[in-house]
Amino acid sequence: MNKIKTLADLKKLQSEVQSKIKLREKGDIPESLVQIKVSMATCGIASGAKETMTYLIEELDHQGIDALVTQTGCMGYCYAEPTIELTIPGKEPVVYGFVSRTKALEIIEKHIKLNELVDGIIPANYSSIDN
Amino acid sequence: MKELSLHILDIVQNSIRAKAKLIGIEIMERTNENQLIITITDDGIGMSKEQLERAIDPFYTSRATRKVGLGLSLFKQNAEMTEGSFEIVSEWGKGTRVTAVFGLNHLDRPIMGDLVGTLFILLCSTGEADYVFKHQTLSGEFELDTRKIRQTLDNVPLNNPDVRSFLKEMLKENLELIQISE
Repeated sequence: MNKIKTLADLKKLQSEVQSKIKLREKGDIPESLVQIKVSMATCGIASGAKETMTYLIEELDHQGIDALVTQTGCMGYCYAEPTIELTIPGKEPVVYGFVSRTKALEIIEKHIKLNELVDGIIPANYSSIDN
Repeated sequence: MKELSLHILDIVQNSIRAKAKLIGIEIMERTNENQLIITITDDGIGMSKEQLERAIDPFYTSRATRKVGLGLSLFKQNAEMTEGSFEIVSEWGKGTRVTAVFGLNHLDRPIMGDLVGTLFILLCSTGEADYVFKHQTLSGEFELDTRKIRQTLDNVPLNNPDVRSFLKEMLKENLELIQISE
């Protein structure tokens, strides 16, 4: 059996990652990154927002796309959960509803990579989703 | 909610909304007493007496986006269905503590489900908050404190892809080691 990972192993990883970051020398300013907020309230969670978020994080990592995936509260579109808010740098945020894994992949492939809007957008008539 | 891990993810969102800086998630499996106890503690803004009285009312919420607030009431219902109990203690300005006791072997107890996935999501988007996660079983105890992790990581962010996949593995291995219940 492999040795269980500990904080000491994390320290080792830390120095490796740090040198990688230095090599990239890319300003990791949130504004310059693709940002995805996954609505993660009771309604979202009950509809599978956790799977959607995990999938988004892992698929974007897998494809090497720099993106910031975070969680947010209920946007009031409980009927359309799981919902995500996608912001491409320099563009207005877009909200997608019913984001399953298949939909999430379609959004990555078309909207994030090719900048083509995908079916399933909820019209923007909100100002903030922080509440 | 079909899994206890989803309940945990859900209840923690309340703490995040309450602007908590430190959120405690504790799971205790008391096999001998046939109890599974989940406690979520935060140092957020807390609730007033009036809010606390209505907190478990499914038709009460502090949100403006919708009119129902099912998270706590569903959690309570699930706990009570397994001959367990539910308690919520809160003080304005100090924080909130939610405790749910489940019958560990009760037929109606929802499965723990993907606990690693829940913690992974919380770690990926910690924001301002820090987490202390504890899980105790007959076989041992595992504790993960994001403050210690941040200290170890120094200036490397917690949501760095390499770091988070490391943390996911670390969680998985340690929870397997202490043989947590399904």
